[in-house]
Parts: sequence; structure tokens; C-alpha cells
Amino acid sequence: MGKELNLRLKVWRQDNAGDLGRFEEYEAEGIDTDMSFLEMLDVVNEGLIEEGKEPIAFDSDCREGICGTCSMVIGGVPHGGQQGTTACQLHMRHFNDGATITIEPWRATAFPVHRDLVVDRTAFDRIQQAGGFISVRTGSVPDANATPVPKEESDLAMDAAQCIGCGACVAACKNASAMLFVAAKVSHLSLVPQGQPERERRALAMVEQMDEEGFGNCTVTGSCEAVCPKEISLDFIARLNREYGRALIKRETSS
Amino acid sequence: MDFLRGIFNTSLGRKYIMAITGVGLFGFIIGHLMGNLLVFVGPAALNQYAAKLHSMGPLLWVARLGLLGMAGLHIWSAIKLTTENREARVVEYEEGVNPVDGHRRDDIVARFAARTMIFSGLIIAAFAFYHLAHYTWKVPQINGLEVDFEEEFFVHEMDGENNQTAFVTPLPEGAGKEGEHAADVYRMVVAGFKVRWVSGFYVIAIGLLCFHLSHGLSAMFQSLGLNNKKYGPLLDKFAIGASILIFLGYISIPVGVLVGVVK
Repeated sequence: MGKELNLRLKVWRQDNAGDLGRFEEYEAEGIDTDMSFLEMLDVVNEGLIEEGKEPIAFDSDCREGICGTCSMVIGGVPHGGQQGTTACQLHMRHFNDGATITIEPWRATAFPVHRDLVVDRTAFDRIQQAGGFISVRTGSVPDANATPVPKEESDLAMDAAQCIGCGACVAACKNASAMLFVAAKVSHLSLVPQGQPERERRALAMVEQMDEEGFGNCTVTGSCEAVCPKEISLDFIARLNREYGRALIKRETSS
Repeated sequence: MDFLRGIFNTSLGRKYIMAITGVGLFGFIIGHLMGNLLVFVGPAALNQYAAKLHSMGPLLWVARLGLLGMAGLHIWSAIKLTTENREARVVEYEEGVNPVDGHRRDDIVARFAARTMIFSGLIIAAFAFYHLAHYTWKVPQINGLEVDFEEEFFVHEMDGENNQTAFVTPLPEGAGKEGEHAADVYRMVVAGFKVRWVSGFYVIAIGLLCFHLSHGLSAMFQSLGLNNKKYGPLLDKFAIGASILIFLGYISIPVGVLVGVVK
């Protein structure tokens, strides 16, 4: 057992997408410092249920920092602002006793709030469906080493592939831009041989879908990179800018 | 058509427009500064430079329209992008950033210059308009002297008869506004900046311009996809260094006039 904390939570409560929403305050008492942030919310919810109140709705799944489901702005920072960490991996030992913690959902037009802290992130799914894939024959195992991949490029592709699509980049960006997400997905696939046949189509289609979803534009502030739990680099946005220009020219000269 | 649509109708394309027109306008800022610093060389140098520019004829108009076009595109896409950015987040967050990991606050919050590009930009545009009215269109009502620069400051080729002209400069063939007259840019600059509030406004506008450039000069590389972790920090230093140099270069002119180095 670690130390115990008493905290005051200021949580965004919203009954449904049409509700205006408001902040409500709760006491979180006897919180173990070894708990994760989500476990702390579980404790608070237990109390709310016992009191016959509606528990705080929030997204979570794996609770080990790899699924990208948890999504909340803690103290003004997506995932709470501990570097390279999702909300589920943020532990209560980082908070001071007696602190007031504000918890809000991702704020973006493209991520409408479903309820409380739960937002609709299917905009990301639609961007992925627009081109974030490769078309291959499935069913049998491909020959080993049939497609050599240079080590440097596979490393870089893996850095981009770390993106878990949590949407913290959108939440942090002053323009609610999805550039870091799209950049990670486009870069990841354009760096490996398997992604080459659909390379131009992918960049064009994903950018088009991104715009359609109503995300903002990149103004190179770097906030996304700072809050990304997977520390995806802003360099990938430069790469996406490059990929998009390349795709525009290639499409123009090949048809 | 698809190519143009891909440039003008998409977020990334409009960022290309911002970056490319930004490069062009930056080129003008450098060229304009270089030319104007001739004020420290002397009246002859500046007036001759001005006369040479005016004698370029159609080329001058190509340059002027090109600049106007670039400024127009830059402003158009800035307004469009900013509008979209505003619409992308309608409900704002509750409080200021207070991360658990406090020393990273500056990384998380966008730099002030980056957050205020649209405001610095629009004020610069307003200043550029005033500056044109002041020295190019020579509108008497706005120079603070109630003097018509057009009538007051020109170089007479025949001097000596009346001592109205302080500086006589050998001019290129066919130069000058009305054939035999050319603007005495040097004296106009000196008289114009003698007015304190004109100089003050100028210094503030240049300050904002350089503030704008301190973000823009490195961000344009990113928008064009020419940035990475290796030379990104260098680009940031270049942006800030260039902004400071441009600021010092431009304000040296009104400051020089006010302290009497240039008279």
C-alpha cells in the first residue's frame, strides 16, 4: 500500500450528445497512490453507484497503455501530461494530496461527446478506411525474406506504427488538427515495400477524409508531439506534407 | 484540375500556399531591407537605387503584381485556415494547462508567436497598406506633416536656379516620374520618419513582422515537408536569428533619422 490521497475532482458531465453538459465536483477520498488514474475513477464510480447516482462514463479497455481507448483531458492536458503515458498508465502518486483535478473529454468538432468523458472517435476509423491499409492476398503465409525491408526504414516505420489512434494529438492541438495521426498512418505504410502500390492513393484519400471530418489544420505548434503517449515525432507531419505533394505531382504526371 | 483542387481545396495544399507565398514575401522583405539600408550610404545611393527601380517599367509592374498576388494568396489561405481551425473546436477547455509533469508546460502550450499568427499577420497587412499610402501613393493627410511628398521631395536635374532641392543625383536615362524629375526618396524618408508617431508605428509593425517571422520562417519548412529532427533545431535558430536581424535592420532607419545619424 502506498500513501493515501484525498482529492477533489471537477468532472465534465454530459447526459448525451445533445446535452449542453456541465462540470460537477466530487470528492475522491482514500485514494491509494499506487492506483492508476482510471482505478481512481473506478473507486469514485463505486461510491456514486452506492449513492444511487449515475457513474462517470469514460472509455477504457486494455489498461496497459497500448489500445488507445482511454481518452480524457486531465488538468488541461490530454492523458494528464506525464510524458509518453496514456491516462490508464498515469498513477496517482504523481498527484498531491488535496489537489483539485479537472477532467474533461477530448474537445473537437470531429469528436462529438457521447456521454461524460466518452467521445465518438469514428472519424479516425473513416480516415483509416479511406486508405490506411494495404491490399494483400491473405490465407497463406508469405515466403520468408521474399520482401527485404531495410533496417533503417523498418525502424522508422515502426516508430510511426506505434500510433494507437487515441486522439490525444487532436485534443491537444489548438486547431484540433488530426495531422499527427494521419501522418503516422501514412508514414508507417509508405515506408515499407508492402505499402508502395497504394502509396499515392493512400496519401490523397486519407488527407481528403481528414478534411471532410472537420479537423483543423496544422500550424506547427508541436503540442501534439508533446502529449502523444507514443511520442510520435512531428517529423512524420513533415513526411506527410512531402508524401501529399509527391502524390499530387505523381497523379498529375501519370494520368 | 485535380492538381489545382489538391492545392486550393485541401488543408495541406493551402499550407503549401502559405509556405510558398511566405518564401516570396520573405524575399521581398530582404530585398526591401537591402535597398533601404542604402539610406546610410547617402542620398545619392538611395535616390539612384529608387530611380533605377522606377526605370524598370513593365518589370516593375510584374514585381508589384506578383507581390500583391502573393500577399493576397497568403492572406486568403490564412483566413480560410483560421476559420476552419476555429470551427474544429467549438467548446473550449475549462482551464489553463497544468500538467502533472510541470516542466513540460512549454512543450505542451503552443508558443505565443504560433498562436497569434493571424493577428500579427493582419496587423502587418494593415501596416503595409499604410506604408504604401505614406511613401508610395504619398497621401498628404496621413504623413503627420500635412505635406505632399509628391510636390515637396523630388530631384531637379537643373539645380542652382532655385535651392529647393537639397540633393542632386545623376539619374539613369529616362528615369524619374515626369521625365526630368525623380523622387528624392532620401529626403522623403528623413522627413517622414522625423514624425515620432509615424516612426513609433513603424517600429511596432516591424516588431510584429519579426514576431510573425520567428514562427513562420521555420514552420514553412515543415509545411513543405522539408524538416526533420536533425536540422529542425537549426531551422528554429535560423528563424529567430533572421527575425532579430531583420528587426534591427529595419528599425535602424527610423532610429537613425530620430537620433540624427541620417539627416
